[in-house]
Amino acid sequence: MTKHNGEKMQTWQKLLIVAALATIIVVAGTLIYFNYFSKRRLFISTTTSLYDTGLLDAIEADYESTHNVDLWITAVGTGIAIEHAKNGDADIVLVHSPSVEKTFLEDGYGVNRKIIAYNFFTIVGPAEDSAQISGKTATEALNNIVAYGQNMADQSGQTQIWVSRGDNSGTHSKEISLWKAAGYNYTELATEPWFAVTGQGMGATLTVADQKDAYVLSDIGTYLKFHADGSIAITALILEEQSLLNVYSVMAVNKETVQANQTVHEQINFNDAMGFIQYLVSPRTQQLITDFGKDTYGQSLFHEAVQPLKNNAPQPIVSWIKDYAFFDGSECPPQYRNGYADLYT
Amino acid sequence: MADVLGGIAKAFQLIVSGDPELYGIVSRSLFFSGTGIILAALWGTPLAMLIALRDFRGKTIIKTFFSTLIGLPTVVLGLILFLIFSRGGPLGFLGLLYTPAAIIIGQAILVTPILVSIGVSAIESVDPEIMNLAQTLGASESQAQIAVLKEAVNGVILSNIASFNRAIGELGVVLLVGGNIAGGGVRTDVLTTAISRNTAIGEIGLAVALGILLMIIVFTINIIVAVLRKANYIVELVKAPYSRLKRSRETER
Repeated sequence: MTKHNGEKMQTWQKLLIVAALATIIVVAGTLIYFNYFSKRRLFISTTTSLYDTGLLDAIEADYESTHNVDLWITAVGTGIAIEHAKNGDADIVLVHSPSVEKTFLEDGYGVNRKIIAYNFFTIVGPAEDSAQISGKTATEALNNIVAYGQNMADQSGQTQIWVSRGDNSGTHSKEISLWKAAGYNYTELATEPWFAVTGQGMGATLTVADQKDAYVLSDIGTYLKFHADGSIAITALILEEQSLLNVYSVMAVNKETVQANQTVHEQINFNDAMGFIQYLVSPRTQQLITDFGKDTYGQSLFHEAVQPLKNNAPQPIVSWIKDYAFFDGSECPPQYRNGYADLYT
Repeated sequence: MADVLGGIAKAFQLIVSGDPELYGIVSRSLFFSGTGIILAALWGTPLAMLIALRDFRGKTIIKTFFSTLIGLPTVVLGLILFLIFSRGGPLGFLGLLYTPAAIIIGQAILVTPILVSIGVSAIESVDPEIMNLAQTLGASESQAQIAVLKEAVNGVILSNIASFNRAIGELGVVLLVGGNIAGGGVRTDVLTTAISRNTAIGEIGLAVALGILLMIIVFTINIIVAVLRKANYIVELVKAPYSRLKRSRETER
């Protein structure tokens, strides 16, 4: 064995070079794969309730089998979904908070809003219903819950009878407005000893409420899913009424004002976003939305909104939706539209 | 980028202004993890002495068992404890789920393998002569064992610090059995869960502030320990009487 001089590479140098090469290959391979060997991509930021119930999975499977587009879905609360869109991380948002949507349109970040579905929030609580809310309106129910919480024996904070999402989601903003309608300030209530805030998603919050035997506001889809499989014992006490209406809308991100986040995609995919909106409002997809979950839960989790609104049907639900989720008498006032006039005829 | 910078600026503002929400979360973290470590030390130290000072069959297996458990993913332990503490679970009747008690117990269990493993090696690394020496000087067996523990104090303290850092930085147990509950009642949100929540809801400033304080806590404790170890202060603090006695005897000879 001959001894080499100092030019011979040390083992650690070789290892370092191998590691660096491996890193480069992996990173480059991933980039090349996603940029050249995949279909066009549409980035969707959505509220958790649409995703957790499995509706978006069903829509994604159906859409991708008929279109040459890959849907990249990120399920977050409405607040953060809007943030994603503003930052150029998403091409399209699916959310359920009309006040937030209005600001989003007014600030110029979104265009071509369409209401695609509705359902109702529900107030869920223990079957023994110690605050006696069953059969009441939502406002009366919240009043009873506050009275019960403030007058119960244990004021140490160990017993909490209301659990709030507290995560800036659409459900959370609905809760805030319900408290407001009942005459309470959410921020003040949240400091009372019977009031718990999880800061987590609907499923986690339902689990906390169930373990604490507490009341909670939930979207109907997540509640039914958890209740049907026995994950929670608490039960829906207040169902469909006007103040609990929940309206889902879709908006395209405005390609003219929003700079795409280059680490995610080169530019806002406006064409495919509009294609997806047209797909969502088509009668076939609307039927798919209405039928979703009927087999499993014996009832629709979401109801179609496009036809009833278009026909201006004389059902109370149409005027409820208009009251709750229309801006200046329209689901999308003309100044927030960009082409695609057929969507609004 | 502006958002990120804004978040960092907001973070420093919160830290400097002594924001009560921020420091409430920090003090809960310190309290839960601190209490958890004390609890774990109460059962972990005797366990470590038992394993290190006794000879018995399966000793290697027990030691391997504990050192393997150090790597237990916190979220798996959180899941196990959730199932035990939840209402349908074996300890559900105690009503511990989503309470500070559940967090403290969970973190104590989480760090026990660290305390035992490092403790055992620290005690085993003490010169076995020490025990004989103490006994020839008239110490009872338990006094002699205390003497050995005092010699091993460096390692024992190290194991406590490592445990504290693991406990205060972990997310799985505090989230699953604590529930990250804020609001007006008994709160269970701590540094890690609050960082997770505030990032998810876009409160980047508060999240960054919490992250900075968490790192400050962990680094400060580690630096103090490093300095003390360097200066051999810890050993000096408890004087390690038998080691010195033994050294001096050896030099006499």
